[in-house]
Amino acid sequence: MDFAPSSNTGSSPIYLPATDPILMKLMITGPFGVGKTTFVRSLSEIPTLHTEETMTAQGIPVDDTARIPGKTATTVAVDFGRLTLPGGDLVLYLFGTPGQRRFLPLWEDLARGALGALILADTRRLADAFDAMDLIEEAGLPYTVAVNRFPDTPPIELDKIRAALDLDPATPLIECDARERQGCLDALISLTEHVLDRLPQETAP
Amino acid sequence: MTTPSGPRRRLVPAYLATQGRELAPGRHSLDRLSILHAAADLPAGLGGEHRQLWELVRPGALTVAEAAAHLRLPVSATVFIAADLAERGALKVRAPIPSAQPVNRDLAERLLSGLRALK
Repeated sequence: MDFAPSSNTGSSPIYLPATDPILMKLMITGPFGVGKTTFVRSLSEIPTLHTEETMTAQGIPVDDTARIPGKTATTVAVDFGRLTLPGGDLVLYLFGTPGQRRFLPLWEDLARGALGALILADTRRLADAFDAMDLIEEAGLPYTVAVNRFPDTPPIELDKIRAALDLDPATPLIECDARERQGCLDALISLTEHVLDRLPQETAP
Repeated sequence: MTTPSGPRRRLVPAYLATQGRELAPGRHSLDRLSILHAAADLPAGLGGEHRQLWELVRPGALTVAEAAAHLRLPVSATVFIAADLAERGALKVRAPIPSAQPVNRDLAERLLSGLRALK
């Protein structure tokens, strides 16, 4: 995995289309190092940016900082990217956010107004995905689980993963490669279909 | 006992970027995806981060989150400065989704067909 920081540096701003677009937000979440930034980067039309979010003392990610260079004990970086949809009247923002339960206050703040969340999971440490599932269920967002295919990932058997994660039968489970744009688009399509399933039907004419 | 500043602390604390003032009531409607665009000239007497934000969104519109990232400011400080500029008429602020149009099936369907069109 690469932990190259997203580039706030030197890149001149790429402005929003002058079409007064509606902005929508989806969350990309999961454990540290699962490929969230890679996923956002695969789809974003702008170089991914990040904001430093301050954590309360209670939420300091002490156990993770040792193996994540560049992350301090007092702030956590939130990576995000942007995708203008054909026609230019809709712009989608993707926020890559940590999926640990201790980030709940930050997560609720970030996810306000989001349509749904994509959980990235790694089959080699599937249990880490539970935290993100808890977090999102608490926030009440519809979600899809995408297993990120790493070069050394053993063949993925989605049925077994579904059972191991004890997923609701209605929750989509897919696999993708966070480095490949097409697969990332498929993951967002699956998530958006699920969001639609969960939204109440408009009153019948 | 006071804790000495660590090596990674900002050189200018975030509260100084807001000139030490607290957020006025009624300013909490700005969020990360509020859209900022310079409207009029920068009022006299405003410099520092106010000028930087105003200059950043003079050529075009950006969200609060993008402005914060480009200016390397915390989102909370960026919200404060944006609200301050908007109050003085130097900045236009628009909500990500017009309030008359809450997230509904129509929007989600437009998102879905937009994503499919990108394939």
